[in-house]
Amino acid sequence: MTATTPAGPPSGPPPTAPAAGAAGAASTAGGDAGRRPPAGAGPAHTGSAATRVIGWLALASLALLVLYGLIISPADREMDDVVRLMYVHVPSATYLYLGCFLTTLASGMWLWKRTPGWDALAETGAEVALVFAFVTLLTGSLWGRPTWGTYWTWDARLTTTAVLTALLAGYLALRRLDVDPDARSTRAAVVGLLLVPNVVIVNRSVEWWRSLHQSATLARIDPTIEGDMLVALMVGFLALGLVFAWLTIHRFRVAWLEQQADRVDLDAALAARRAEAADGDPHEKVTPA
Amino acid sequence: MWRDATLVAGRDLRVEARSRVTVNQVAPFALLVLILFAFALDPEGPVLERATPGLYWVTVLFSALLAIARSAKLDEADGVRDALRLSALDPAGVFAGKALAVAAELVALELLLGAGVVVLYGADPAGVGLLVATCAAATAAVATAGTLYGALVSGLRVRETLLPLLLLPVLAPVLIGATRAFDAALGGVPADGWPWCGLLAAFAVLYSVAGALAYGTLLEGS
Repeated sequence: MTATTPAGPPSGPPPTAPAAGAAGAASTAGGDAGRRPPAGAGPAHTGSAATRVIGWLALASLALLVLYGLIISPADREMDDVVRLMYVHVPSATYLYLGCFLTTLASGMWLWKRTPGWDALAETGAEVALVFAFVTLLTGSLWGRPTWGTYWTWDARLTTTAVLTALLAGYLALRRLDVDPDARSTRAAVVGLLLVPNVVIVNRSVEWWRSLHQSATLARIDPTIEGDMLVALMVGFLALGLVFAWLTIHRFRVAWLEQQADRVDLDAALAARRAEAADGDPHEKVTPA
Repeated sequence: MWRDATLVAGRDLRVEARSRVTVNQVAPFALLVLILFAFALDPEGPVLERATPGLYWVTVLFSALLAIARSAKLDEADGVRDALRLSALDPAGVFAGKALAVAAELVALELLLGAGVVVLYGADPAGVGLLVATCAAATAAVATAGTLYGALVSGLRVRETLLPLLLLPVLAPVLIGATRAFDAALGGVPADGWPWCGLLAAFAVLYSVAGALAYGTLLEGS
C-alpha cells in the first residue's frame, strides 16, 4: 500500500491508497501516497504514535473522571447526585465554543492563505463542535429536569446553544455538498468566518430578550465550588480536552485524506481524457466541431 | 460603486416588474400565511392579538426567503455570473444593488402585511415612528444577510432546502429584535423598542460590510 508516487506531474497515481486511508484504516503503512505539490508533508493515515498516546491518555483520564465524578466527589447539598453531570456538561460546553473558534479562525486563514490544511481544519472544528453541542444539550436537559423541573427553558445560554447547533448543522450541510471542492470551500469559509460573530449577536440579543422578561433563570455555577468537586471538574476538563484533541487530530487527517482522494480521482480522470485525446479515439468523430 | 448598485438593482427590479413573481406568488403566499395563523390561533381570543408582532415577522421572514431565493436565482441562468464577473462592475456594488432590490420588494411586502394585520387581526398601529424605523432596520438586515446567503447557495442543486437552514438561525436575532420593537410600539412603551431598533441597525451594518467584502470572493469562487 505504500505507493510513493513522485509528487508533481499528474501521472495517475494508484487511487487505492488514499481512499483506504480516508476510510479511517489506520493500518496503512507509512509513506506519502499520491500527493499533489501543495500538500507538502502530511499524514497518509489517521493514527500515529502521538495520537495513540493521546488516545490512551484520554481513556485513562475518562476512567479517572468516572472515579472522581461518580465515586470520590460528594453529592451536592442542594442538587444531590445530579451535580455530577456538571463534570461533563461544563467542559463539553467549553470545548463546543473552542471548536467554533477553531472553525472561524481556520475559515479566515483559508480565505487569506488558501492552503488546504486550513480548509480541513475548519471542517474539523465544526464537526467536533457539533458532537460537543449534542453532549452539552443532552447533559443540560438531563440536569435541568430534576433541578428546574423542566428539560428546557428559554435561558440565554440554552437558546444560544440551540441556535449555534443549527448554525453548525447548516455549515456542515454546506460542506457535505457534492460540488466543485474549491467553490465549496470558499462558500463554507464565508459561512465559517461568520460563525462566531453570529453566535455573539445571537447571544447578546437573546440575553437582552430574556432579561426584559425575567431575571436570569440559572444561577451561575456556584463560585465557591471546592475540594473534590473542583478536582472532579478539572479532571472533566482534562479528559474531555484529550478527547477533543484526539477527535480533532483524527478528523483533521480524515479531512486531509479526503482532499487527497478527491485530487487523485480528478487526476485519474484528467489522465484518462488526455490518453483518449492522444489516441485520437473514435468518440472524437461524434463530437461536433 | 453606487452607480453599479443602482444598475444592478434596476435590472433585478425590472426583471421582477416583467415576471411578477413577487406580486403574483410571494405576496399571496404571505397573506395566506396570515390567514393560516388565524385558523391555528383562535381569532376571537386574546392570543392572536398578543402574538401579532411575532406572527407578522415570522411571515415576513418566510416570504423573504422566497424573495431572496428568487433574487439569487436570477443570476444563475444564461451565465449571468460570468457576465457579472467580466462586466467590471464593483462586486460590492453588485451586492448592494441586489440587496436594494430585495429590500424594495420586502418593503412592499411589509406594507401589504401591515395592512393585513390591521384588517385581519385588528392591530392598532400606534407609535408610527418606531414602526417605520423598525421596518427600515429589519428590512436592511434581512436584505443584506439574505443576499449574502443567497449568493452562498446559488447554483447548488439543493439551494431551496439549504437556504432556510443557513439563513434562519442567522436571522434569529432579527426576529427577536423586530418582534420586541413591534411589541413596544403596538402595546407597550415605545421607548422600550428603540434599543431593539439599534440592534437591528447594527446587524444590518455588520452584514452590509460582510456582504460587500465577501461578494467578490463568492462571484469568483463559483
